[in-house]
Amino acid sequence: MSQATLQSPSARSADFGALPQLAETSSKENSIEMFRRMCLSRFFDEQAYQASKEGLLKSLIYLSAGQESIAAAISTVMSGSYIFTQHRGHAPYLCFGGDLEKFIDELLGLPTGCCKGMGGSPCIQDPKIRMIGHEGLIGEHVPIAVGAAYADRSSRVVCFFGDGAVEEDYFFGALGFAATHKLPILFVCEDNDLSVLTPTRDRRTWQIHDIARAFGISAIDIADDPWLVQHHAQEMSKKLPGFLNVRTCRYYWHVGAGQDGPPEWDRFALVQEKLRAMGLGARAAAVEKETKEHVESVWKRRLQTQSAK
Amino acid sequence: MEKTVADTIREITREHLTKNNGLLLGQCITAVGWIQNTVPPNAPGLVELPMSDVSGPGFAIGAAIVGKRPMLVLRFQSFLWLAVSPIVNYAAKARDLWGKGVPIFIRAIASEGKGTGPVHSNCFHSIFMHMPGMRVCAPMTPHEYQEIWTAFLKQDDPMLVSEHRRSYLSSAEMPDIVHDDADVTLYAISAARFTAVEAVELLKKENIRCNLVHIVWLKPFELNERVMQPLKKSRCGVVIDSAFEIAGASQSLAYDLMFAAGVPVRALGQFDRCSGVAPHLENGTPTPQRIAEVVREMVRNKTSQH
Repeated sequence: MSQATLQSPSARSADFGALPQLAETSSKENSIEMFRRMCLSRFFDEQAYQASKEGLLKSLIYLSAGQESIAAAISTVMSGSYIFTQHRGHAPYLCFGGDLEKFIDELLGLPTGCCKGMGGSPCIQDPKIRMIGHEGLIGEHVPIAVGAAYADRSSRVVCFFGDGAVEEDYFFGALGFAATHKLPILFVCEDNDLSVLTPTRDRRTWQIHDIARAFGISAIDIADDPWLVQHHAQEMSKKLPGFLNVRTCRYYWHVGAGQDGPPEWDRFALVQEKLRAMGLGARAAAVEKETKEHVESVWKRRLQTQSAK
Repeated sequence: MEKTVADTIREITREHLTKNNGLLLGQCITAVGWIQNTVPPNAPGLVELPMSDVSGPGFAIGAAIVGKRPMLVLRFQSFLWLAVSPIVNYAAKARDLWGKGVPIFIRAIASEGKGTGPVHSNCFHSIFMHMPGMRVCAPMTPHEYQEIWTAFLKQDDPMLVSEHRRSYLSSAEMPDIVHDDADVTLYAISAARFTAVEAVELLKKENIRCNLVHIVWLKPFELNERVMQPLKKSRCGVVIDSAFEIAGASQSLAYDLMFAAGVPVRALGQFDRCSGVAPHLENGTPTPQRIAEVVREMVRNKTSQH
């Protein structure tokens, strides 16, 4: 694919790195499945948002909404891997198939939660899907993920983090070690351009994918179109380590239930639109309805369980 | 030739690497005679880390999560300040947060004297006692080392092993010294155990009789019969440590002992100043003379109260 034939939009745009006909040549099942995972994460976060607004959640929540297309795509490629995420881990947890009830219970601080109520939103884990919990310090899980990849070469590792985490000094040590030992790890930067609210341009002049390439790791910088993310993840997974920098938009606050303003783009709405244009509108609407009802019913049941106590 | 502490560490490591599928991670492993002869040359599972003092411990933690029980060697304890974040923020919290511990065995080597000065003459085990989820010990004999290794294998919490270069060539076991009519009970930690033995001899010549109780486990620190009984009889005590005194292991243990026994217990450790490279500017383990001075004062005070 020649990049020269394409328009070259700015890095902060929904079309950044776009390749023509990716969605159209993808199977319908694949497109619908990625959308289903996006729905799972989006509707979960909407419920968490609501519960937080109503004061039913007492702990801090870090919502994935707006960024869920990345985990939805990556989870179709890296299933069975060790999964390391950081504080904004709702989407990876749900898209890889983490337990819904244990997640809600964790947010509610119940002993039946996935961390027995100890960790809450930023620390979620699910051993069944090999998702390892995070303790809250950004990027600290990246060396840990790299160590896991070193010690267990029979498995693959996928490690999610944000554009702030890549500025941590130990992040470079981790990239270097992965490059030196050619470790089976896929690094995924969910680049929402914000450290809490400080934009990247105020923090640094350099690009993390350039740093990854300097270490000899194949790296790419793209927007969060799920077909595009999936395409590059598939290519990279054939020869790890690899590094995906994915431009995306956080829909809600850094922490808690609120919104800073309209996002630069809403990938969820763009994917809905794309599916309609591809003639999959009716199926997508059905998946959306079904997933929403499922998520809402589980939330309702768990909230009732809690209030009964 | 009797087996030294260094021999013991090397043999435990060799067995862990060859039979237990273990890992040993560290910087410059091949340097200074394979870390004072404590690492088996060319064994499988040796991981030469780049100069990644902060991410390095993270690699070890990741290896532990996938089942390796790695050993991590820090050639100087001053490096602990860089290594500490993933250890206390992640590994030490793991059992409480996720119901599964992170078993890493952190060999942190203390040293002093011989011009090591501000950077390399340090002993920092105390900071790890502060953190829930950490086990902290300072074995100084071959048998003790074997015991703490066995304890490591039995439980999954991270363990900070505060080693001291002064112990490496020693093959002696160090039994407690307890008298029925002692004037004072000394509790000694790390290399202070060697200077405390000398202090006991020094004071004996002045007719001051000392109990000496050796402390291997700083956390958990057990106020058991062996520890408490001598203090109850001698009615005063001193805890001596190779680390800094202020907010350190010596003060922490002295507080526990004093509260439990209801008798005065002093803490004695490094002075509250940086160590210099010139011999007269060193600041290390309390010397036998310094220990003796504190003991004389305690015994004098005790006598004057009666």
